[in-house]
Amino acid sequence: MSTIALHDEHNHDHADHGHHKETLISKYIFSMDHKMIAKQFLITGIIMAVIAMGLSILFRIQLAWPDQNFPFLETFLGKWAEGGRIKPDFYLALVTIHGTIMVFFVLTAGLSGTFSNLLIPLQIGARDMASPFLNMLSYWFFFMACVIMMSSFFIQTGPASGGWTVYPPLSVVAKAMPGSGLGMTLWLVSMVLFVASSLMGGINYVSTILNMRTKGMDLWKMPLTIWAFFLTAILGILSFPVLVAGVVLMVFDRSFGTSFYLSDIVLGTDILPNEGGSPILWQHLFWFLGHPEVYIVIMPALGISSEVISVNSRKPIFGYHAMVYSLIGITVLSFIVWGHHMFVTGMNPLLGGVFMITTLIIAVPSAVKTFNYLATLWRGNIRFTPAMLFAIGLVSFFISGGLTGIFLGNASLDINLHDTYFVVAHFHLVMGSAAIFGMLAGVYHWFPKMFGRMMNAKLGYLHFWLTFIAAYLVFFPLHFLGLDGVPRRYYAFTEFEFMKKWLTVNVFVTWAAIMAALAQVAFLFNFFYSIFKGKVSPQNPWESNTLEWTAPVEHLHGNWPGEIPTVYRWPYDYSKPGHDVDFIPQTVPFSQTMSSNLPHDFEGNAEAEKIQQDWELANPVAENKG
Amino acid sequence: MSLRKFITNKTTAALAVLITVFANTSVFAQDAAAGAAAAPKVDMGEVYKSVIFYILVFLAVCLFIAIIGKAIKVYELSREAQGKPVGINWNRVHASLFALFLVIGLYGVYWEYTVHGAMLLPDAASEHGKKIDEMFNLTLIITTIVFVVTHILLFGFSYIYKYSAKRKAYYYPHNNTIEKIWTIVPALVLTVLVLMGFLTWRSIFFKVEDPNNKPLQIEVTSEQFKWSIRYPGADGIVGNKNYKLTTATNTLGIDFKDINSRDDEMADEMVLPVGKPVKLILTSKDVIHSFYMPHFRVQLNTVPGMRTIFEFTPTKTTAEMQQETNDPNFKYLFLCAKICGAGHYNMQKVVRVVSEAEYKTWIAEQKTYLNDDLRKQFNLPVAPVKSVADSAAADSVAVKTNQMALNK
Repeated sequence: MSTIALHDEHNHDHADHGHHKETLISKYIFSMDHKMIAKQFLITGIIMAVIAMGLSILFRIQLAWPDQNFPFLETFLGKWAEGGRIKPDFYLALVTIHGTIMVFFVLTAGLSGTFSNLLIPLQIGARDMASPFLNMLSYWFFFMACVIMMSSFFIQTGPASGGWTVYPPLSVVAKAMPGSGLGMTLWLVSMVLFVASSLMGGINYVSTILNMRTKGMDLWKMPLTIWAFFLTAILGILSFPVLVAGVVLMVFDRSFGTSFYLSDIVLGTDILPNEGGSPILWQHLFWFLGHPEVYIVIMPALGISSEVISVNSRKPIFGYHAMVYSLIGITVLSFIVWGHHMFVTGMNPLLGGVFMITTLIIAVPSAVKTFNYLATLWRGNIRFTPAMLFAIGLVSFFISGGLTGIFLGNASLDINLHDTYFVVAHFHLVMGSAAIFGMLAGVYHWFPKMFGRMMNAKLGYLHFWLTFIAAYLVFFPLHFLGLDGVPRRYYAFTEFEFMKKWLTVNVFVTWAAIMAALAQVAFLFNFFYSIFKGKVSPQNPWESNTLEWTAPVEHLHGNWPGEIPTVYRWPYDYSKPGHDVDFIPQTVPFSQTMSSNLPHDFEGNAEAEKIQQDWELANPVAENKG
Repeated sequence: MSLRKFITNKTTAALAVLITVFANTSVFAQDAAAGAAAAPKVDMGEVYKSVIFYILVFLAVCLFIAIIGKAIKVYELSREAQGKPVGINWNRVHASLFALFLVIGLYGVYWEYTVHGAMLLPDAASEHGKKIDEMFNLTLIITTIVFVVTHILLFGFSYIYKYSAKRKAYYYPHNNTIEKIWTIVPALVLTVLVLMGFLTWRSIFFKVEDPNNKPLQIEVTSEQFKWSIRYPGADGIVGNKNYKLTTATNTLGIDFKDINSRDDEMADEMVLPVGKPVKLILTSKDVIHSFYMPHFRVQLNTVPGMRTIFEFTPTKTTAEMQQETNDPNFKYLFLCAKICGAGHYNMQKVVRVVSEAEYKTWIAEQKTYLNDDLRKQFNLPVAPVKSVADSAAADSVAVKTNQMALNK
């Protein structure tokens, strides 16, 4: 660590150490600095999010006006929208790529990648990640994955279109649909690169957190963001390789004639030679990743919101230990609930019962987290910064989406809800809205740390209210479609008499979605404008306790110019009675805050308690705390 | 400030907005892109007009927002210049908006429950479906209570505890008793739900067969993008299949060497006798589909290479349901709920639930899968082709030989 520090100081003084001279390429492109890599992840994530959102608007148009022509779609999409109408195959490609991009590229890489990279070294007090080179590779693998995924829009047969879960045989047998040809191959290649990226990231996060914490930063003094990133990384490391295993088997089935997932398949009268495999195997392998994946998506968002809510309520997060234990509980349980995606897919019903039990147990730690958020707000002194607004929005979505999960986790109820719009509504609230709101809260909160400038708060307010309202308008009504038995991934609702009554709802939902999409213009403008023209940020704009705000606004390699600060206390000493300001940064030793120390601060250290008692006897006025 | 510059430098502002609109790839952005790259052949005049119209509307909205932003800024600056406290108390604004959102939101939820909630599926038309509906209602009540209470707390706290310079937040890091309570209470509630769900699930999938009321076997085979239904015929057993036997004439690959297959009947719709248990044998030819009968609360995927089985008992005839829903056109149906390709959105078949007597007349009219072509193919004795003039007696001979063949 000290060597890095030395380099940095030289670097900062523009000393010409030949091997360490920063060029445009080494600073902005192949950067090994965790802050730059975080920005790369974030901006790539935002671009991918905008693309995926655009795709969703395209298929929302199709759903709302299935019998109208939109000539501009043809000029824009060519043969995929002949006559101005999206074709069924392309519709499925749209939903597939929308899902894949949002889940993997935006909410995994864009969220974890950005904030783990930015905050882990800064909040635990490290100069950089454990292996900066691996970190750089992690970004570039992610970037390649994005490029390859997008390239599938420019091939003759179109992108993968078997749904983001790519269930075989649909995705394996090229003749089953056009998207299962080259598009699917690109999907698989992209996914392998993506998993490699997230493993390199994950290993780095875990080793950095375990080995490189600054003096005094024991595990129980880490902010909840770090706990969340840490557990997320562990989840990723343990579950992503399983997806690769599944993907490799799928590549074999597709290209080398094996039968891991295929058996007894006849297309028309064309009998395929594959025998002995089972499509259910893929589902097990996929969801063994896929379910932890949804926690990989939500846990960083929960970590971010814990931090943001505590800072802006000017109150310690309620039940810090309970928050950590519930994260650990979620981490462990998330490995044994994957079967709830498969209640009616032909898995042995006996297993269905078991998975239902584990699934509903996981609701307990989630409930604890929600109640703790509420308790943190209680008697707080809430500052509604844009980040705080988004964090409150997250809690609301997490409640709404979490509660509908109780329906779906119940195998009996899932019989009639499986693969309907109820599922769509559920996971869009809990992932599409809650996790995105967590990400946006993080962007607004740590933008000053990333770019040294502030975002415009008023545009942030506008962005929040429009998005918050629109998201509910989009996803709340969709539950009712599902309860009426409307299946998801339907190209049009025109073929069924009973679905026609939902067409007007679809129009409404589409307009709400367009409103939500346009609201993001406020964010994008604000984001890119503020990078260059925003108000210069003060050192600690939110009066926060955590370590990153002790680092100078000006970025430098190694984060802190001199020695890394030492940590003395937990990160949540907000509004501590007896202290003159309502926050005490982690770097302030107890000896400087004698008037506000509490017995339990000393964790049973008899000597420290003695000193405190002596001081209190000597300063009787200070006894009157509060 | 960004907003002031935004106004003063109109060209850059307009450019920035345009760029973000393009980047956003929202509808309007596509409009614009489409307009830019329009093919000259088609008459795009109208399209251009509407594209330009929408872009102008959006720009006008942006401008309007910018003007408001500027006005707020001017107001705040003038307050500052006069030495008065900062113009708008945003904390108060947001707190009030959250309170407003709570009230309107709760009303919206109520509206959704009553209006959209009234458009849902009718009550379950099967025995196990009733149990599912009961569980659903219980879960709905519990979750709605939690939903309302937590949201009142969330937005209520946001409103009450908004920032005030005079106040200091209450330092309250934890309270183990409260935390234990709100761990244990959800755990207990969930235990109840899990137990009920588990028992219901078992009662659906682990049925004990009543020897006096044997279920009617029906096999359903899915393929892109249609369903085939196979009734068991007189023997009550759906015979074997082997996908390797699939030909243009034997599209399901039925193995007619299996004696049980020979009387299997085909049907265009699924007709079920009311009150009699039905055992659905679900298979798939090509990819995974999902057999979904929403009115009966029945869903199970059809998977190539394996049979999945769902047993249920319909309790209401189609006619009864038509009365109940006040809809003379009401039909039960089943559809595909698992993405399976371009035709996924239109894979349906009608289900008719009728009285036992109606069922018997209907089933007697259905044709067997086995026909003369297939008989030849499987080296089964073919019914001799007789001239029309031949008497009924000859026919009965043919039937006899046929039956002998069947009884082999």
